[in-house]
Amino acid sequence: MSHDIDRRDRDPGDVGPGFMDAVEVTAREGIARYVIGFVLASLLTAASFYALDTSLIWGPAIPIALVVLAIAQMGVHLVFFLHINTAPDNTNNVLALAFGVLIVALVIGGSLWIMDHLNENVMPMHRMMQMQR
Amino acid sequence: MSATDTPFERAGDPYRVGHGRDRVSEGSPRARYVYATGHGEGGPASKRVIVGYGFWIFLLSDIVMFSAFFAAHAVLQTATAGGPSGRELFNVTSIVLQTAFLLISSFTCGLSAVATEVRNQLWTQVALLVTGLFGLGFLVLEGRDFADMVMQGAGPDRSAFLSSLFAVVGLHGLHVSAGLLWLGTMMAQVFVKGFRPDILRRLVCFNLFWHALDIIWVALFTVVYLIGLGR
Repeated sequence: MSHDIDRRDRDPGDVGPGFMDAVEVTAREGIARYVIGFVLASLLTAASFYALDTSLIWGPAIPIALVVLAIAQMGVHLVFFLHINTAPDNTNNVLALAFGVLIVALVIGGSLWIMDHLNENVMPMHRMMQMQR
Repeated sequence: MSATDTPFERAGDPYRVGHGRDRVSEGSPRARYVYATGHGEGGPASKRVIVGYGFWIFLLSDIVMFSAFFAAHAVLQTATAGGPSGRELFNVTSIVLQTAFLLISSFTCGLSAVATEVRNQLWTQVALLVTGLFGLGFLVLEGRDFADMVMQGAGPDRSAFLSSLFAVVGLHGLHVSAGLLWLGTMMAQVFVKGFRPDILRRLVCFNLFWHALDIIWVALFTVVYLIGLGR
């Protein structure tokens, strides 16, 4: 009985984020998916902490390497933990995510860009005070 | 109810792209309708999908809020006002442990979703309990780091760098605390009410929330701690 309700509540046309039942998934497959995600995320985390003080990467490029590793790890989390993928029944979730990423990129990128220019072009306060004296 | 009882699924197209709404009667005792995404003919989505999607929108807006805190911290990372910098303050061992704890708890949270999928009360509870314990461990370590910093005179009032650090890390910590409370109530609800449809929807939302917290932590340990150590 309760099983019937679950079935009816399961939409065949669309999936929400975090749903594993886009295609029927057995428990074994579900666990395998989380294990793969966990292993990949662990490797990327280890790589991040390794990149911190290695001579393998050119010093000034280390922050960029760290950002790349972090974005890769977020991708792993999205695909293997939140089950966001490219399947047609997942389009709504992906579009919402794309909009979120756009706003985040604008806020962070825009702030850094503007503040960098301000730091370069505006005289620091203490120098301005010296000049007024 | 196997996955391969419609012709489209047999043909290797589980999503039935381009088939609209088809009446499938062959090979099954009762006529069934098969829906396809994006054709507007399947009627409104089920409550489960709507709830999951709505919570996804909330999480994305939460991430947008975090992005403002991240932007502030990225801009102020070098504004130490003569005070201590990240290199002098951060405890790498503690950060590695916090990262590991949160990643493991995200993993066990996923396992609880699998246990819920097969309606196994015991394993759902065990996985949620392990998730909660690792989350608690994470909070304890973070609280210890904060206390150490404040004791050294490097509290949020010391410099703009530290204000923004306490703001963004503290905001994440608050989210984890709220998540732990939610986790406790979910364990009680699953125990008392069982796998009712409404409880299942709440579990889906909780899972999304907990995984999203780990995604934010990935950004956090990279931007605040690892890049901060190099400054």
